[in-house]
Amino acid sequence: MRYVIVLSCAWLAALVLAPAARAMDPVHLEVKDHHFTPDHITVPAGQRFLIVLDNHDDTTDEFESYDLKFEKIVVSGGTITVHAGPLHPGTYKFFDDYHPDQATGTVTVTQEP
Amino acid sequence: MLGSLLIVFREVMEAGLIVGIVLAATQGIPGRGRWVAGGIAAGVAGAAIVAVFAGSLSAALSGNGQDVFSATILCIAVLMLGWHTVWMTRHGREMAGEMKTLGAEVVSGERSLAAMSVVVAVAVLREGVEVVLFLYGIAVSTHSGPMAMLTGGALGIAAGAALSWLLYRGLIVIPLSRLFSVTGLLIAFLAAGMASQAAGLLAGDDLIPALGYEVWDTSWLLSDGSMIGRAAKALLGYSDRPMGVQVMTWAVTLAVMIIATRLVRRQPAARG
Repeated sequence: MRYVIVLSCAWLAALVLAPAARAMDPVHLEVKDHHFTPDHITVPAGQRFLIVLDNHDDTTDEFESYDLKFEKIVVSGGTITVHAGPLHPGTYKFFDDYHPDQATGTVTVTQEP
Repeated sequence: MLGSLLIVFREVMEAGLIVGIVLAATQGIPGRGRWVAGGIAAGVAGAAIVAVFAGSLSAALSGNGQDVFSATILCIAVLMLGWHTVWMTRHGREMAGEMKTLGAEVVSGERSLAAMSVVVAVAVLREGVEVVLFLYGIAVSTHSGPMAMLTGGALGIAAGAALSWLLYRGLIVIPLSRLFSVTGLLIAFLAAGMASQAAGLLAGDDLIPALGYEVWDTSWLLSDGSMIGRAAKALLGYSDRPMGVQVMTWAVTLAVMIIATRLVRRQPAARG
């Protein structure tokens, strides 16, 4: 039992003390006429990063991604920031849950050289 | 129309599953219809109010307002589920045994119902905000066919409510002697799932340590985006790529709910 506790504590400490690197600048997106601009972004693998979204539509939108694990409402004319990553190399989708057929985009994650 | 039906249905389903379980878990407690209906009404009213202030809520707390708000109401719901479980453990057997009104216990039954009413209100509020904002957006849009989309939305609400009712009817097929053990377990999982979602929201905004990202990836098996994935999230707190803090919160909450039930059950029948 004592070993389990010690191991758990060590695990927790390792995780708390090793926060994900966040060196890169926030990625800026806008949504207008239910289209994201840009609708494709590239980020390096293994980094936590921010996406800042400006809503230039006249409707409230919901910026969401199952792959990146965020879901935030952004009112017309509003700006929101979501956190994402760290990610493995691959392609990840995001969308506006209120206009899922029109407003979609992807994040490509590349392995750093 | 089908598009808006699906969007609304998904949200209503998530709240509806919780309402269905609450209805089954309060089976036989006098006056529960009023409390559950009151919880739904309060949730809808709250959703409308939050929707009006959605812009300010988004901007609050350095842009983390929405998530902190959701996490807070989820934690309140978890506490209420815990309270109900302890009460039910004390009184469930008497109710199952006699199936008559509880007389002097009615007052404390009302308190448990108030707790469950809060849980229903939180569930409806949380999903309701999204439905209200979505339907409002359609209603004021100048684009073609708002009527068809609003009809779709209304049908989505009806379908979600129907699913909630089906879950309730399905659960109460279980004999009363076993029903409360089943709903007790469902509620323990519900509470664990809500606590883990709250942790996920806070860690997602870097407000608490994530304790590791993507502890596992089961998106190939059951994706968060699928209908079953969403139901599993609402009922169990499922995530296809959870953070460490979500797994830990889930396990701790579930353990506390189950151990608390055991401890209370071992005590001699208590008053109140």
